[in-house]
Amino acid sequence: MSPADAHADVSAAALSVHEAPTADTLLATRDLVIDIPERADSSPLHLTVNPGQCWGILGPNGAGKSTLLHTLARLRPPRAGGIELTGQPLGSLSRPDLARRLGLVFQNHHDGFPATVLETALIGRHPYLRPWDIETREDVDAARAALATVDLDGIEGRQVDTLSGGERQRLALATVLTQDPQVLLLDEPTSQLDLHHQVSVLQRVRGIAAGERRAAVMALHDVNLAARFCDHLLLMFPDGGACWGPTRTMLVPAALERLYNQALSVGEVDGHPVFLPRVE
Amino acid sequence: MTRSFLLAAGVLLPASLLSLVVALAWGSVAIPLGELPRVLTGEASALHATLITELRLPRALAAFAAGGLLGVAGALMQVLLRNPLADPYVLGLSGGASVGALLAMLAGLSMFSVSAAAFAGAMLSTLIVFGLAHGTGSWTATRLLLTGVVVAAGWGALISFLLAVSPTEELPGMLYWLMGDVSHARHPGPAWGVLVFVVLAALPLGRTLNVLARGPMQAASLGVSVRPVEWSIYIAASLITATAVTQVGAVGFVGLIVPHMLRLVFGNDQRVILPASALAGGILLTLADTLARTIIAPEQLPVGVITAMLGVPVFLFLLYRSR
Repeated sequence: MSPADAHADVSAAALSVHEAPTADTLLATRDLVIDIPERADSSPLHLTVNPGQCWGILGPNGAGKSTLLHTLARLRPPRAGGIELTGQPLGSLSRPDLARRLGLVFQNHHDGFPATVLETALIGRHPYLRPWDIETREDVDAARAALATVDLDGIEGRQVDTLSGGERQRLALATVLTQDPQVLLLDEPTSQLDLHHQVSVLQRVRGIAAGERRAAVMALHDVNLAARFCDHLLLMFPDGGACWGPTRTMLVPAALERLYNQALSVGEVDGHPVFLPRVE
Repeated sequence: MTRSFLLAAGVLLPASLLSLVVALAWGSVAIPLGELPRVLTGEASALHATLITELRLPRALAAFAAGGLLGVAGALMQVLLRNPLADPYVLGLSGGASVGALLAMLAGLSMFSVSAAAFAGAMLSTLIVFGLAHGTGSWTATRLLLTGVVVAAGWGALISFLLAVSPTEELPGMLYWLMGDVSHARHPGPAWGVLVFVVLAALPLGRTLNVLARGPMQAASLGVSVRPVEWSIYIAASLITATAVTQVGAVGFVGLIVPHMLRLVFGNDQRVILPASALAGGILLTLADTLARTIIAPEQLPVGVITAMLGVPVFLFLLYRSR
């Protein structure tokens, strides 16, 4: 079956599993349409992220994964619909309050001015400190602990601009770990990591999501990592369609082929499904 | 952070006092250091007392305040634009101030009116850049920087035009003003008021500025209300620069170089860099002005020449030694 034929069989609505938000729900979107300039409305999202869940967002370049994450973090307004964080409308929270509950790891990392690794991780404490406060020993310890969990504890004094791309990506994760939010948003957290750190970072993210009243939502490019580490998936199609639900119901080869406009071969390794691009 | 703060305070506070003492003691008439305390007790000779209380002290205090203001304004602008080359002069502020001052001089107005015109010119330039950078689209640091640079180029052309059409006898005064001139500063009170207020207001904002230096998106995700903070910095830096320019004319270079020197030594925590820039900028301009009025005494040099001659080698040395 070619990807084009799959279109008719796999309509987004048929796949989606809607879950109504409950009192426990951490992050919920209602009729959310993200705003991508000069693009027609995408289909409205009714996502319900509950405690303990680890969501993966899959989609081709330009499908709006980053835009969605930025919208969820109130860094850009949606075109329509609303977002609720622990039952409160996102817009009703103050910025520091929002930053204590929700953190975002960006895809690109700005250099800005020179700073050391420890200083960079320490800014994660900013939302917890009042204007006159100076970082305490506990704040520094939290930053050190976060650096240790991403294997950066040996280079606390290094200048950030001397780090490799992968080290910098792990530093961004350490910063958000220092921030310690309930809802963790990550924009392609593994794109520059070696194999070992891909696995260790995603294990760490899943471990955090499993914590008390925590959840994670991450955009990923690697279907196999998403299949392995995420319990829920959101597929964002290039035509603006979307479907979401538990991972096992989302990993339909025909849907993934349409998602990436790429024929896939499916296999099984260690009891897990594995998807590889089929090259003629 | 606490360590660099104490280190900066330990080095810069005594150095500030020392620079003021040097400014009082040096000059066309050298006053022995032992004479300085006697001015306070009224035992000094009438000549020395007059020299110090009427001439050197107001001038030294004015130079210190203006230098401090320029240092702080530069540090703020560099964070705002996330560009190490930014300073208030790049954004057209000094250009607007210069055009205002030159027009007032051409009209034959008093020194006070020249200062007022300089302040008006700086604020006009601020409003032009402020309005145009906002435009119809989104506001970005790059757009602000470009708007400022182009507006500054426009002011530059106007300055050349005014110099070309001015009567020859006016030119030396105009050129002095354009290169910085502390000799007319007699009332340092308002500048000190602004300097103290700005440093006290900037201290609690320092950590927010640290976060903002990582980029607006990152700052917003860490709880900073980016837009209000950015506009506040821009307006504050403009007012600070306008105040400094009103005192001492268009002294360049202090705002660019002082914050960078301090970053090379003390790291880049704005809670350290902002107050340190106030002190170090003050020290630089006070010493530069002392040299400007002593090197070829009784003639005086424009202080901007001295700040550059002192600052360039020191800065290059620090940059060369840094990692």
